[in-house]
Amino acid sequence: MSSPAEQTLAPTPSQTIGPFFGFALPLASERFVVPAGTNGAISIVGRLLDGEHQPVADGLIETWQANPEGRFYHPDDPRGPFEGDGFRGFGRSATDGGGRFELLTVKPGCLPGPGDTTQAPHIAVSVFARGLLQRLVTRIYFGDEEEANAADPVLSTLQLGESRRQRLLAAPIDGGYRFDIVLQGPDESAFLSI
Amino acid sequence: MKEPERSAELGPAHPLWAGPGEGLVLPSYRRDHELHDPPYDWPEYRGTLLRHPRRPLVPIPDTLSEVTGPLFGADEISPADADLTAGHGGEPQGQKIVLHGRVLDGNGKPIPETLIEIWQANAAGRYWHSGDRHPAPLDPYFTGAGRCLTDSQGRYRFITVRPGSYPWGNHFNAWRPAHIHLSLFGRAFAQRLITQMYFPGDPMFEFDPIFQSVRDRRDRERLICEFDFEATTPEWALGYRFDIVLRGHDRTPFEEGR
Repeated sequence: MSSPAEQTLAPTPSQTIGPFFGFALPLASERFVVPAGTNGAISIVGRLLDGEHQPVADGLIETWQANPEGRFYHPDDPRGPFEGDGFRGFGRSATDGGGRFELLTVKPGCLPGPGDTTQAPHIAVSVFARGLLQRLVTRIYFGDEEEANAADPVLSTLQLGESRRQRLLAAPIDGGYRFDIVLQGPDESAFLSI
Repeated sequence: MKEPERSAELGPAHPLWAGPGEGLVLPSYRRDHELHDPPYDWPEYRGTLLRHPRRPLVPIPDTLSEVTGPLFGADEISPADADLTAGHGGEPQGQKIVLHGRVLDGNGKPIPETLIEIWQANAAGRYWHSGDRHPAPLDPYFTGAGRCLTDSQGRYRFITVRPGSYPWGNHFNAWRPAHIHLSLFGRAFAQRLITQMYFPGDPMFEFDPIFQSVRDRRDRERLICEFDFEATTPEWALGYRFDIVLRGHDRTPFEEGR
């Protein structure tokens, strides 16, 4: 059966977010994946740095994650969406003059991965900034989930190597985790192709 | 938020969910965007110099985190947010335009109820942003930010003014072609897109390293809206049409079996 729905269209190309998005996005509330005071809430703080370790003051960090039970509020999760309890799982934070971003969220649960694998708790991250003609993608894993991390199929990816594997781990700090993103250089973050 | 609907071509949610990985039927998004997107390292655009990664990206398979993504409900978006010329106490300066089109996936299917955010300079080429030092006038009646959800057919419609060109410090006498920034979510993290839309026949195209970073002429042309006489409204506004395509997913065995 042939129908218009079976044509293949090339995706619209990406262009940079530029420096002047702050009046349009993000909304101030989007830094809160969960409301302040939520039981088990954690802060994720970090800095976005360029190839000379200077702060990127005009960046945008976006996050997407499952809930603490490892479920998504999304119909393409074959397990079906969980009952809506107001948790969407999306957050975003512009960086400030020091390149700093901060999100308040809860730690996601483990997820089924390809084959029989289990993915360790993680948060998918998009990085946008002036000078990035398309987004960069990385993941936040949690440094204190050693057992789950050891079994995670992405963290075990051979091409990653140990140094970049370390760059995917957020370090526990008081009240949450620290996760710096380095765009370029010897301690460049592990950026993923999806 | 209302209950979201599953992608029809995936069929019903898999009934035999049996534990980690087993029976997991996920869409897999084609990676053809890599053929069309601009590179990270593009020296003509100086901003890329210290911001492009030097090591190759590490490919990972699509997992649940990539094939899902934030969904937004109509109750979160005001229809007034799609009219950038209203709500600021007066009529903005400039040529009023209707910008409309459809959001499709790479298989030609409309993407309904997906969020589009836009932002732009005013008619004089000045952003409502403290970092914009271009000495063109701000317009008290125009901030230049809007958002809307596509309808059930993937259609969207904004009312705004045509933005002006503005200078930037990239090189001597550098001016950006007039453009509107667009942010789209689709329905999956894999489909997230931020891009810029340009206007037909802009004389700045050949001098602009951001536009030219899209290396194939046909791809650049897909960043240019078209004048739309049908959408042009007498005594009021010019019409422009711009369709946006987000990555499509591979057709599933389920779908091919039909």
